[in-house]
Amino acid sequence: MTNKILKTRNVRLYYGEKEALHGINLSYEPTGINALIGPSGSGKSTYLRTLNRMHDLTDYVTVNGTFTFKGQDIYAPNMDVVELRKEIGMVFQQPNPFPFSIYDNVAFGIRISGEKDKAILDERVETSLKQAAIWDEVKDSLHKSALSLSGGQQQRVSIARALATQPQVLLLDEPTAALDPVSSHKVEDTLMSLRDQYAMIIVTHSMSQASRISDQTAFFMDGHLVEVNATKKIFMNPDKQETQDYISGRFG
Amino acid sequence: MNAKQADKVATIVLYVIAGSVILILAALLGYILIQGVPHLSWHFLTAPATAFTAGGGIGVQLFNSFYLLFITMLISFPIALGAGIYLNEYANQKSRLTGLVRTAIEILSSLPSVVVGLFGFLLFVVQFKLGFSILSGAIALTFFNLPLLTRSVEESLRTIPNLQREAGAALGLSRWETVVHIILPAALPSIVTGIVLSAGRVFGEAAALIYTAGQSAPALNFADWNPFNVSSPLNIMRPAETLAVHIWKINSEGIMPDAAAVSAGASAVLIIAVLLFNFLARYLSNSLYKRLTATK
Repeated sequence: MTNKILKTRNVRLYYGEKEALHGINLSYEPTGINALIGPSGSGKSTYLRTLNRMHDLTDYVTVNGTFTFKGQDIYAPNMDVVELRKEIGMVFQQPNPFPFSIYDNVAFGIRISGEKDKAILDERVETSLKQAAIWDEVKDSLHKSALSLSGGQQQRVSIARALATQPQVLLLDEPTAALDPVSSHKVEDTLMSLRDQYAMIIVTHSMSQASRISDQTAFFMDGHLVEVNATKKIFMNPDKQETQDYISGRFG
Repeated sequence: MNAKQADKVATIVLYVIAGSVILILAALLGYILIQGVPHLSWHFLTAPATAFTAGGGIGVQLFNSFYLLFITMLISFPIALGAGIYLNEYANQKSRLTGLVRTAIEILSSLPSVVVGLFGFLLFVVQFKLGFSILSGAIALTFFNLPLLTRSVEESLRTIPNLQREAGAALGLSRWETVVHIILPAALPSIVTGIVLSAGRVFGEAAALIYTAGQSAPALNFADWNPFNVSSPLNIMRPAETLAVHIWKINSEGIMPDAAAVSAGASAVLIIAVLLFNFLARYLSNSLYKRLTATK
């Protein structure tokens, strides 16, 4: 159990006085896809956002627990959040490219950290777009606005943008929920092709998506982690009755 | 009367109301333009005004109006931008202080402009000894303009979805970097629209200027661009009657024989300028938006 890249222990999160996450213990291998499933309001997105300190932006939210990323405490006072978020990238539910060109979108994170060398930028943009499986569709229009792309393409550009800073962990908050089935499928293919290089943590409402692409699945309910196991085990033969009920569609 | 008939009646009534609004606007514009446009000529637009003889122009007043507008924007835009960014991006939306600031802005925007003018007169012209000057006028107009401009900057920023802020944060940008590199560029088209529209309002303002920028337009030497010379157009300490003030003055105490014609011509110029500002706002916002979002 020493080769885990990211470990969280006893994660509790409070909105004001109200406890919304009741002690979550989860850890992640350096590669592979981890699915977080559960009904709406079960706390899976909330938990995901603790991993790159996105709750720092929100007032009245307190996060407790131990978060260890490559042996470092994520919430340590001397942690450089900028560096942290370069290593733990994030993709959101709605595709959210900036209103700039495709190239500028992908190069954004690297430029902000001070890279000016055109050759390096070009190389990194191309690699990231290839990794996100969108290069062939946009290579002739890199300087077109990213907003002119379709939703599915925008989402893959958002993935490329997150990959460009060379993260080790990728957080995905329902990345296909706003997309049509064909686009969803393409994004799923993209994620599958990245599973050997990154630790990916994906929040999803789609049980079939979780079972198709993930290696490990965690089932959340009411701010509790009910069960975590190999995806096959969770879907074939879960330990808990609640998990069984949820995946068989009896509620949620 | 059943629901269907009631709907029909309501539709007709609403059409009539909307139609009469347009009709009033068209009549007003038409009257001013028909009265004024025949007096327009290159000479009228460039010659200095005369006090007692016919044939005077509005050259100095026209220049003053634009220059005063420019100085006003120079003072008010940075403040409005800062205030707008603070209110929308930084301020705790639930705190009392933010509410207080918003209320203050609202009150400031509802002050009658003549009161702002008199306040400017007492404080800047008399107390700070700035005299009747472009600077006094610009500060008074800043009071008048600031609330509207701040509001429009704030609204522009508010339309940028939170997703963009989160995307910035997820890439490791600080709040300030997100504002500068993502939010402001994305909000630029609507901020520009706000500036140009408020420019139109400032351009036509008279009451706030009568007691601050003054009612006299000393002859300007357009060959002298040293801002410290008295007759230089760039001097901000000189009194400067603007076009709107000029119209008011001709109509209240003008004694030149062609006062009516000058007034009509000046009004037409004023209206045309304000209309141009509005069209410019629309054009700029469309073309900026296209440049930012559509294909190049």
